[in-house]
Amino acid sequence: MRLRYPDTIRIVRVPCTGKVDVLHILRAFEKGADGVYVVGCLEGDCRFENGNLRARKRVEQAKAILNKVGIGGDRVKMFNLSSGEGPKFAEYAVEMTQKIEALGPNPIKKAKEKLAA
Amino acid sequence: MIVAEKKPIEEIIDMVKDHEKLLVVGCNECVTVCEAGGKKEVGVLASALRMYFMNQGKKVDIDEITLERQCDHEYLEELRARIDQYDAVISLACGVGVQFMAETYFNTPVYPGVNTCFMGVTEERGVWSERCQGCGQCILGRTAGICPISRCAKRLLNGPCGGSAKGKCEISKDLDCAWQLIIDRLQELDRLDDYEEIAPIKDWSTERAGGPRTVVREDVRQ
Repeated sequence: MRLRYPDTIRIVRVPCTGKVDVLHILRAFEKGADGVYVVGCLEGDCRFENGNLRARKRVEQAKAILNKVGIGGDRVKMFNLSSGEGPKFAEYAVEMTQKIEALGPNPIKKAKEKLAA
Repeated sequence: MIVAEKKPIEEIIDMVKDHEKLLVVGCNECVTVCEAGGKKEVGVLASALRMYFMNQGKKVDIDEITLERQCDHEYLEELRARIDQYDAVISLACGVGVQFMAETYFNTPVYPGVNTCFMGVTEERGVWSERCQGCGQCILGRTAGICPISRCAKRLLNGPCGGSAKGKCEISKDLDCAWQLIIDRLQELDRLDDYEEIAPIKDWSTERAGGPRTVVREDVRQ
């Protein structure tokens, strides 16, 4: 298909979105990621039954924490698609990138630079 | 197990905001099982605090460790060599662990990271409910293994009261009437005659009403 999607995205592969933990998401922000999105299989279609449902809950947990610590819960989102939906994958990548661009960089980055100076 | 709930992050932030070097200490026992204060929750809280303080432009060092237990000297002693490096400790153990930490390290401020709720069971993941109030004089043998002290809102020894309707307690339609449960189980065990026996007045001095309690076992004491 040779679809294009923004090259600002770094893909971290996991065997199932059920493997994604709140801590993985938080650490990404701690290290300066501007946004994190989790792309799982369609709900009801998890090979491991409820991996994507678990991921959704964890994304919600991360969202709540990020809101409380001033990073902004909008920077994290869960998407669902089937493995045959390549165009949708690219579409979601564009959607998330536009959203993060509108939100601006992770405030942690600026704060880190200030502290280092 | 002892069931606890995570404290809101903002409450923890408010407690520790004036410190610059913090140690977040988890506990591998009950609070790990009820997902409030184990290794994972330590990681999440430490990460959240780091982000918060960093975002505020404040340099706060936050380290993490999870002990096997915080209610035993031998595990708390593992912190002895490094405790002086920290301005304060956030303990994610139950109230017992927090206090024992404070007793053991008298000069280090210790803050609780969880709200300790009760002694209870995991009904299903994410749902915990109370089963024991530690009254010091167990009557489960007479009540078909169902505790009216912890599960009856009035702690009745000879129930049910008039507020029991269709097996539910009057304080909540979601709460089973403990005495209905007792009767049902006695019936199942073919022991309904036991129900006819009037329970004597309970000695509440072994409960919290008698003041803080201590158990001393001379047979095992060293």
